[in-house]
Amino acid sequence: MKKDGRSRINWIFENFVTFLRKCTFRVLSVGPIPEHIAYIMDGNRRYAKKQNMIEGTGHRVGFLALMSMLKYCYEMGVRYVTIYAFSIDNFKRCPEEVQSLMDLMQEKIEGLMEEESIVNRYGVRVHFLGDLKLLSEPVRLAAERAMVVTANNSKAVLSICVAYNSTNEIVHAVEKACEEKWEEISLLNASGSGYGLIGLECIEKHERENLIKLIDIEKHMYVSVAPDPDILIRTSGETRLSNFLLWQSAYCYLYSTPVLWPEIGFRHLLWAILNFQRNHFYLEKKRKQL
Amino acid sequence: MNIREEMQKANRLIAQIGNFGLQLVWFILHLSVSTWYFLLEIAHAVESYFISSGLMKSYKALNLGKLRYLAIVVGSEEAYQTSKVSELLQWLEAIGVKHVCLYDMEGVLKRSKEAILEKMSNATVFQEADENDKLLDQKHMMLEFVSFSDGKEAVAKAANLLFAKYLTSNNSSEDQEGEIFTEPHMTEALRAVGSGGPEPDLLLVYGPARCHQGFPAWRIRYTEIVHMGSLKSVRYGSLIKAIYKFTMVRQNYGK
Repeated sequence: MKKDGRSRINWIFENFVTFLRKCTFRVLSVGPIPEHIAYIMDGNRRYAKKQNMIEGTGHRVGFLALMSMLKYCYEMGVRYVTIYAFSIDNFKRCPEEVQSLMDLMQEKIEGLMEEESIVNRYGVRVHFLGDLKLLSEPVRLAAERAMVVTANNSKAVLSICVAYNSTNEIVHAVEKACEEKWEEISLLNASGSGYGLIGLECIEKHERENLIKLIDIEKHMYVSVAPDPDILIRTSGETRLSNFLLWQSAYCYLYSTPVLWPEIGFRHLLWAILNFQRNHFYLEKKRKQL
Repeated sequence: MNIREEMQKANRLIAQIGNFGLQLVWFILHLSVSTWYFLLEIAHAVESYFISSGLMKSYKALNLGKLRYLAIVVGSEEAYQTSKVSELLQWLEAIGVKHVCLYDMEGVLKRSKEAILEKMSNATVFQEADENDKLLDQKHMMLEFVSFSDGKEAVAKAANLLFAKYLTSNNSSEDQEGEIFTEPHMTEALRAVGSGGPEPDLLLVYGPARCHQGFPAWRIRYTEIVHMGSLKSVRYGSLIKAIYKFTMVRQNYGK
């Protein structure tokens, strides 16, 4: 009986907190709400050390924090969320740590595909962005399955950057753009209208320098599944981007908060959105200028 | 009919009052945030005064070993204040920073290059070729002027260079694809189109928002990005504090 009473109180309390949160979002919606939020989830290891936990548990707590943050973002009406889960640089860590992170990722990806997960509750389509060939087979297969299973969801988008690096992304996009242009030219040549473009000698120099355009490169970027981010939140107080979304963050508000990722909560998101709203007008003006 | 109309009017009125109430709450919320930032600005100004007057001993000895290359991003409207930019550069020279990259989106600083260099006694423009010689030259301060076209557009030009190589390799039917599209080759191609340049260790943003405004993406992988406020209120003490905090940062580079 007592347990019943306590769980009822918990239920009332939780619903009350959700109600307050929804009211806060309603107030915030008077101003601009970002369409795309990006997160650099830094501070998991520092958290584990701070709380005297065994290595690896920090990331588990971090995952719970991620689920809460996603819930808040989708409740607020943010359509695109991108997270920096694993960088190509992180492969430099000791093999046991990398392996435990890969195992955690596989476990959580499989969890995402279950019925009651956040992905189905909010109609989220999941993308895994990065050089997936660098991942181990089971993780890559789980990721590809998750992308297929959620392909029909259309209310929101979650982009998980694994084995991702901005510089790697740029080189990959250039490579794909070149391959595409080569195929285009080959086809033209095959149909007899290429005018020997493949030889390249007969085109004007300035034309040769303009075969690959910026727009060709941009459409092959991994992150082209979403528009450019409006705000990039990095936790644990670091002020660098660590090779994340360097290309896409030209007009993005870079927000850095000293809280560690597993400790992040609603009030940090609220403060970030308020700061975003303060700077939105100036950044929109800059974005329209070019 | 009248009752329905009356009810609709009442509903509309309630909705309007509700909206007005929400807007009022939002406005008060933002007013509190602005007040907080205003007080913070005063605190920073006072701290800056103490730092410049040398009262805070910890900021006195700056170890500039880690700061090999400093970049400054200025909002284009503020970039017209060349006197402020020159003042900032003179302070940096006094502190002992040797390599500075100046960036603004529209290229205003590029156009005011001569005006800025005039006011500096010992500054020269950075040229790729002299990189190795001038690095050892301690008397001169090297300045680089960068704008938006050195970012994404430069990558497009570099892509065209790589494409030309790709075509030649395809024509000679050698399988060299894996060797053309690599990060070092991209760096080389960017250098060939004139947008090479070292990666800054620290990037100071002078403008209303913390945003790098399109600084060449290839160069800011691990750069610490610090927001300094508006160029109008540029302060020597804040500059020292930002550089000091930078020297205290420890990077893992992913490890």
